[in-house]
Amino acid sequence: MSTFVSDFKTRATEKAGDLRHRQVIRTALRGYEIVRDKRKAAFQSWESARQAAAETKWEAVNHLDKHLEALTAKLEARGTKVHWASTGEQAREIIAQILRDKKARCIIKSKSMTSEEIHLNHALEKEGFTVVESDLGEFIVQLRHEPPYHLVFPSMHLTRGEIKDLFQKELGDAPSDAPEELTMVARRVMRQKYIQADVGFTGANFAIAETGMISITENEGNARLTAALPKTMVTLIGIEKVLPRFADLALFLPMLATAGAGQPMTCYNTMYSGPRQPGECDGPEEWHVVLLDNRRTELLADAEQRDALHCIRCGACLNVCPIFRNVGGHTYGTTYSGPVGAVITPHLRGLQEWKHLSNASSLCGACTEACPVKIDLHHHLLQNRRNASASEPAFFERLAYQIFGIVANEPAFWSLAKKLGWLTQPLQKVVKGSALDPARAWTKTRDLPAQPRESFKDWWRNRK
Amino acid sequence: MTVTLFIPCFMDALYPRAGISMVEILERLGHQVVCPEEIACCGQPPFNSGYWNEARTIATPVLEKLADAEAVVIGSGSCGAMVKNFYPELFKATRHAELAKQVAARTWEFSDFLVSKLGVTDLGAKFPHKVTFHDGCHGLRELGIHKQPRALLAKVRELELVEMTEVSCCGFGGTFAAKFPMISTAMGEVKCASAAETGAEYIVSSDSSCLMHIQGLLSRQGKPTKTVSLAEVLNHQ
Repeated sequence: MSTFVSDFKTRATEKAGDLRHRQVIRTALRGYEIVRDKRKAAFQSWESARQAAAETKWEAVNHLDKHLEALTAKLEARGTKVHWASTGEQAREIIAQILRDKKARCIIKSKSMTSEEIHLNHALEKEGFTVVESDLGEFIVQLRHEPPYHLVFPSMHLTRGEIKDLFQKELGDAPSDAPEELTMVARRVMRQKYIQADVGFTGANFAIAETGMISITENEGNARLTAALPKTMVTLIGIEKVLPRFADLALFLPMLATAGAGQPMTCYNTMYSGPRQPGECDGPEEWHVVLLDNRRTELLADAEQRDALHCIRCGACLNVCPIFRNVGGHTYGTTYSGPVGAVITPHLRGLQEWKHLSNASSLCGACTEACPVKIDLHHHLLQNRRNASASEPAFFERLAYQIFGIVANEPAFWSLAKKLGWLTQPLQKVVKGSALDPARAWTKTRDLPAQPRESFKDWWRNRK
Repeated sequence: MTVTLFIPCFMDALYPRAGISMVEILERLGHQVVCPEEIACCGQPPFNSGYWNEARTIATPVLEKLADAEAVVIGSGSCGAMVKNFYPELFKATRHAELAKQVAARTWEFSDFLVSKLGVTDLGAKFPHKVTFHDGCHGLRELGIHKQPRALLAKVRELELVEMTEVSCCGFGGTFAAKFPMISTAMGEVKCASAAETGAEYIVSSDSSCLMHIQGLLSRQGKPTKTVSLAEVLNHQ
């Protein structure tokens, strides 16, 4: 067993039984589905909107080459420097080089899961740069030296009391656990950082091929300050974030807000189309856009699962996932957690090492139902299982299914199996839940049903 | 109509009362019921674990036995989804591709068959209890079955249906329950808690496998709530 899977199982077992964690996440997500459904009802037809969004993303992803070229040409025409990074390592080096060239010391950052994917903060800090997260949730987990817990809500696993204690310890200031007061503490710290920062770093929610713009969605205004105050701006974008037309935002902005947080629109939606132009009074002097592949093109090559590139990182699939809600975001050990993480991580980081995430699902399909861009998430989990078993079957598991096949296909064997089950029941009761119990995985926490002497087929036969 | 009733393997061994109720209901409605004795399992366990060759070994004879059936009725949303939705996928680009599609088109989950195909909702049943209904995820999301069992329960005399506020998976998920027992157990506990909130005496479901999981937890934890299959409720006088 690889360390990834054993770590996952250990953490999952611990978290799943952690009733306090269960309650915290339940409280954090309480009301999410209610407000989301209220916002969904504001669409003329949510289902048609999903279909339109899926078709738009299909067009974007299936003609990615064309759209990326158009995006780049438009960005460059207004003086933006566009960089192409095939790997995370290349992206880190490109960004570090920009910082070195600028002789930067302090970087202010708005929220970017893509930067988490390439472990950017760690790499920059190792080079001696100071990196400050400006999204409040990210700021909190950064103080805890933790990765974000959730794609959209990085610190949803923490209570107000815990955040108060953290601020008290790390910042020496936390008058109470009131959200307003805690926010003011963070704001006082951050405002200084915006002014000190040499470079502002952002992610992007969408990149518009038609107009050469990136679109950033946020609730706190921190991304605006990040992009506006420092002289140099750097933006990292996964290549799948491209949308063909400006008008597509009219659908995608409310959709992202609705699916992600049950908001009609996120508070701030800003489109950036270039650095400060001659005659303009504000904006960064230089803007670098780094387009990241990092194995996205391998997913693009997989016709069956290509739609996983539709993902707009809204987190809706995490919010409704009973696995995520019980094991929590950190258990996955991946940047992208929840159902979408279980689908794409095997593509981005290796199928055999990460197939356990696809196995750790009851295939309930709540994710697929919630996905605003109609990614066939839970069926992709099945396909990952199939691909993993086909390339490296587990010897005993396959043998078990081969034996099961022989028994199931031969009525005499099937009858015998049922008889044996019935006969060994008293023995089962003796070993129940102990190390000697072959059904221990079940019986440790659950009772087995009593098997009646007469099966359905016995009844059917006797009746005739 | 001749109805070919497909009783899933675990129902055959562990919950014969549910299967017997289905036979009695269908016969009472005047249909001829046949149960091919050679069919034990639909092949879902190996399929869901990724062993599609092994799944085809089990599913191929099933498909051949069902080839001439007028209507196939399956006593489980999960196994129903396997035959209706996943057989065409499993047999894609094989010599059984066409047959898989044909059989899928003639296959029904039990409650869906009664309501959508036969147009029957009142089976003359009486069940004087407060119940809540658990939607098995495959029936709900693969087959889109939600109204059918409720339409049937609405006609059961003296039955009071109280819905749970949360629609969630019971955590069974086939081999998932054994591969990740603690996650599965946690999901089951959440389910049991939301059922308990309703104050229902019984949790009713179309899927005996979900009920096996829920009942397993309830019994172990000494909870008073009971479980019963939809077919047994509908056959209760």
